[in-house]
Amino acid sequence: MAGAVRTAAAAPTLDVRADFPILERELDGQRLVYLDSASTSQKPEAVIAALDDYYRHHNANIHRGVYPLAQEADALFEGARKRIAGFTGAPVRSTIFTRNVTEAINLVAYSWARTTLRPGDTVLITEMEHHSNIVPWQLATQATGAELRYLGIDDAGTLSLDQLDLELERGDVRLVALTHVSNVLGTINPVAEVVARSHAAGALVLIDGAQAVPQMPVDFAAIGADFYAWTGHKALGPTGVGVLHADAALLEEMPPFLAGGDMIASVEAQHSTWNELPWKFEAGTSMIAQVVGLGAAVDYLSALGMGRVRAHEHELVAYALERLMSIDGVRVYGPPNADDRGGVVSFSVDGIHPHDVAELLGRSNVCVRASHHCAQPLMARLGVPATARASFAPYNVRADVDSLVEAVRGAQRVFA
Amino acid sequence: MDDLYRDFILEHYKRPRNFGELEPHDLEAQEQNPLCGDELGVQIRVTDGRIADLRFNGHGCAISQAAASIASEELIGMDVEEAAALDADWMLDLLGIDISATRRKCALLSLKVLRHAVTGEGTWPVGAAG
Repeated sequence: MAGAVRTAAAAPTLDVRADFPILERELDGQRLVYLDSASTSQKPEAVIAALDDYYRHHNANIHRGVYPLAQEADALFEGARKRIAGFTGAPVRSTIFTRNVTEAINLVAYSWARTTLRPGDTVLITEMEHHSNIVPWQLATQATGAELRYLGIDDAGTLSLDQLDLELERGDVRLVALTHVSNVLGTINPVAEVVARSHAAGALVLIDGAQAVPQMPVDFAAIGADFYAWTGHKALGPTGVGVLHADAALLEEMPPFLAGGDMIASVEAQHSTWNELPWKFEAGTSMIAQVVGLGAAVDYLSALGMGRVRAHEHELVAYALERLMSIDGVRVYGPPNADDRGGVVSFSVDGIHPHDVAELLGRSNVCVRASHHCAQPLMARLGVPATARASFAPYNVRADVDSLVEAVRGAQRVFA
Repeated sequence: MDDLYRDFILEHYKRPRNFGELEPHDLEAQEQNPLCGDELGVQIRVTDGRIADLRFNGHGCAISQAAASIASEELIGMDVEEAAALDADWMLDLLGIDISATRRKCALLSLKVLRHAVTGEGTWPVGAAG
């Protein structure tokens, strides 16, 4: 795939490093080159300040208190929900807070799949899924007698829509669950097209948007998915808050996931009735501060403009592909063209295990992930146990790619 | 001089001792490093309660591969019971390098698979007797 980069690497459009306090950290005089945002992103001052301000000035439990402080907390929490829903083009009723993407997918696996799937039904996922979009479906299909099937990928790491059609023609697919952007290959999947074809065949669609929402404009309504899950901590927000957008009519029919306080309308000795959407699916005290923090994160991203964020990361990825592919002994995985991929570049270095690559890069304060990236079936498809992965965020600049390339060359010298 | 990737570590990584298949063998086991999915296996021939011969197999990072190679040279000739009682300090002392908490799993993978083979207890049994 070398030489296939056709996008000229123009200068990225953003330099927001000053907004991220952690980037001031140094290691032995070397600046922090954080290239692991696909694992978790760094947080801008605005998010840190929102968390601090919430705990310092507004903390109270929500949905219960009638005193002024509680009403403030309530307004901050539900106000953040409105802005978060608006950020991804979803109705407020269709915007449920979970701990993370994993919990959001499990919500669907328990409340929808386990109550709906029957023997003879199929859940169709892809070879490029994160474990969080594999294991819940293994358990749900095992519990219901349904079948779990995989849509393959080609050598460039892209899905085949023709193969999707063949699978759908069998008539037994009830759910298609796929990632919007691969956390390993960076592949941007044609999710709206997948939704259209799946709906035409009577199948619902769940999309794992963990990697997509932080780096490109995402419109839940325009995509048309039945379920769309994403998480705050990869999108400049705090850990501990994920989001599930879902078709409201489906949510009305589905039984609750977790049971307890806040999700009920009334409780009698033997039975209860459920609260309205979205609270029906939010049992117990919510992650209030985290939601407020995520509200600040989407405000920050909205001010940057997600179109600009996408353009910025596109240029960084194009530049990284060009530079990494020019190093002898470095192999890059995934689509060769930056147009087809998000801000993730997985690579390997001949003769050096990815762990050793990451360890040696770490000495230059260059932070990359080295592992199977919670995608072992994909690693098996690629024929490698693990890869090193550099991933980008709005606060990265071209100099970070230069530092990465220099550190890779340094690792090669150690192992020469 | 790098504190972790010293010459002898890299030397053992590039030319690992006692790697490959051992036929026939009396004991074998396989283990994974959950951090990265690396796999390491071991096959052992036992004579009179001693490790008469041993081979590691699999793939992994410089630390896990060098640790296995270095350990193999100590293990051949050792009493099986003595081998079963080896602890993490034995392996870390043998390596003689500073290992971060994350990389301990890499450094100790060969000890884990050895212990599995000689005690029959492991997370991924593949049949202890050959």
